[in-house]
Amino acid sequence: MKFVDEYRDGELAKKLASRIAASVRPDREYAFMEFCGGHTHAISRYGVEDLLPANVRMVHGPGCPVCVLPVGRIDTAIRLARNPSVTLCTYGDLMRVPGSNGTSLMKAKAEGADIRMVYSTLDALRIAEAEPAREVVFFAIGFETTTPPTAVAIKLAEKKGLNNFTVFCNHVLTPSAIQNILESPDVRDLGTVQIDGFVGPAHVSTVIGTEPYAFFAEEFQKPVVIAGFEPLDVLQAVAMLIDQVNEDRHEVENEYTRAVTAEGNAVAKAEVAEVFELRRSFEWRGLGEVPYSALKLKAKYAAFDAEARFDLQYIPADDNPACECGAILRGVKEPAECKLFGTVCTPETPMGSCMVSSEGACAAHWTYGRFRAASRVKRAS
Amino acid sequence: MNRPEKPFRRKLDIKNGRVDLSHGAGGRAMAQLVADLFVAAFDNDMLSAGNDQAAFDVSEGRMVMTTDGYVVSPLFFPGGDIGSLSVHGTINDVAMAGARPLYLSASFIIEEGFALSDLSRIVGSMAAAARDARVKIVTGDTKVVERGKADGVFISTTGVGVVPEGLNLSADAARPGDKVLLSGTIGDHGIAVMSKRENLTFDTEILSDSAALHGLVAAMVAAGGPGLRLMRDPTRGGLAATLNEVAASSGVGFKLEEAAIPVRPQVHAACEFLGLDPLYVANEGKLVAVVAPDHAEAVLTAMRAHPLGLDAAPIGEVVADDNRFVQLTTAFGGGRIVDWLSGDQLPRIC
Repeated sequence: MKFVDEYRDGELAKKLASRIAASVRPDREYAFMEFCGGHTHAISRYGVEDLLPANVRMVHGPGCPVCVLPVGRIDTAIRLARNPSVTLCTYGDLMRVPGSNGTSLMKAKAEGADIRMVYSTLDALRIAEAEPAREVVFFAIGFETTTPPTAVAIKLAEKKGLNNFTVFCNHVLTPSAIQNILESPDVRDLGTVQIDGFVGPAHVSTVIGTEPYAFFAEEFQKPVVIAGFEPLDVLQAVAMLIDQVNEDRHEVENEYTRAVTAEGNAVAKAEVAEVFELRRSFEWRGLGEVPYSALKLKAKYAAFDAEARFDLQYIPADDNPACECGAILRGVKEPAECKLFGTVCTPETPMGSCMVSSEGACAAHWTYGRFRAASRVKRAS
Repeated sequence: MNRPEKPFRRKLDIKNGRVDLSHGAGGRAMAQLVADLFVAAFDNDMLSAGNDQAAFDVSEGRMVMTTDGYVVSPLFFPGGDIGSLSVHGTINDVAMAGARPLYLSASFIIEEGFALSDLSRIVGSMAAAARDARVKIVTGDTKVVERGKADGVFISTTGVGVVPEGLNLSADAARPGDKVLLSGTIGDHGIAVMSKRENLTFDTEILSDSAALHGLVAAMVAAGGPGLRLMRDPTRGGLAATLNEVAASSGVGFKLEEAAIPVRPQVHAACEFLGLDPLYVANEGKLVAVVAPDHAEAVLTAMRAHPLGLDAAPIGEVVADDNRFVQLTTAFGGGRIVDWLSGDQLPRIC
């Protein structure tokens, strides 16, 4: 398929892999964090690890919208769905994310809650139009990529005069999360997590552009290479990061020039700025409360804000104490280091959010990569 | 002289009529539906005899029997409908034992209000599929449930067939070193059905691959004989689910080559934007066979000589593996597992 197969070409991959092998210094380790779940998925799905030298390690980041949603927000959505007048519209990935006490949207649906899986914000809008007697709430999640469509839906609802459509807004911001990781004691003081650079977001950057990353590169002296979600993109980005590390540079470079510009998508940014404003603070699974890291609806769109309409109070809730999703999302631990991984926690019965979405580090490792651990054990014995 | 009373005063209004509860109540309306629609379409002596069962002689050798329920949505999709599917699917389950399918039963659960024209179309399509496959639908049942208690129509079919002497295909028969042969492109059926799903409609030229595979199977049995270990048709859960089932039953692993697995460019494209993996998408006219290495070439040649096996390809081999992993070398050059499907395949959201 044109515009896709070119970025998955095995022959090009081989050439790039030998270039990388020739460029790494044997006397040091390289660790790069891929921020996005889309990269995590591509790395696992195409077996990119097998093309990297042994001293180059990828650290999975928190850029999976399903994974970073805290338990308290899932609980709120479940409470909302149990309101008999509410029809909750959600993306399929959220259905199996565990809330408190073993609940999930999937279980709430089985118990009778009106929860519908949709593919886009506009599907939810259509349901609101078709069923004026129902309070239709769209469970909005995601980074900067999915925020503009939510803004568009809200403005459309206003234009159509819909008074039964609201949004439960959980949109979060990438730069604040990266900053939080770089400022965390694990990275900054303790040195327990080595991060030599970032594979920067693909789709997010098509919206926000490359400029927002300049601060990290400068302030924390870490190179950032923005890369597409195809496996050759990732491999190319790793090659560029290794060059920067070897040359002691820390710049923002753009591998994904076919889609990302310095300024990003001005129209999308304007739509978002019109409808949303910053929250003072937002809880992330794994990162805890992160200041100015999420969006809420502006007061002038309060009529479309589910938190205002249903007077939703946020009640924080704890993860399963044995679940290491938090540490995994910060790059402190690997999936296999969690006691629950592959024992009681599998994609069929996820205990933590990282095992739910195909972009989650645990799900990706379990689904695509667990044969590596098995073959390591075999070699060792 | 008085003419004998007609069995039914009015003809069944197939053009504008709808199924109502009386069509399942055991009275004259039901008798008329059965006679004018089902018996007329399926048209064979055993069914016309009007008994509650079909009687037939048992042949020499081993018989196989299978049953399957069909609840596909939408009922009509590019390349087929629930009717043809309910014939092909059950014939294929019989055929995967290496058997020659003989007879089918068909049970209908119909929702009140279902258009007789649609029912007639579905039954006609079943009859055509059975006729083409030279298999008879010899007994059946009809139930009608209240509106809202079903989704149009659900069909269950049961099939029986006979296995040639000396053939013993079984999911536990795969051995390390065996070759894996696939009869053609994967994912066509799932993508064709999905292209007509509510909220998801997209234009594609992809047709369901729904087809009866027993002719292909017969050719493979003739070519492979005792070298054929097992055959499966990768339906729900796709090739991935099928090979994981075989790995579990046989206590082995698989090593596949992604580049060797045939996928149509249109299916590849649709999977790309839906966030699906063709390895997990359903097929209704494909089979995967595990064959002893010294028979693989002969079986592959026989497959490629059959109209339903033109794109047949060797896609990998069986390996010894206590973990029973289905492993894949990606076209990109890395390795990964092809795991069981968990939940439904859902599009990624960002």
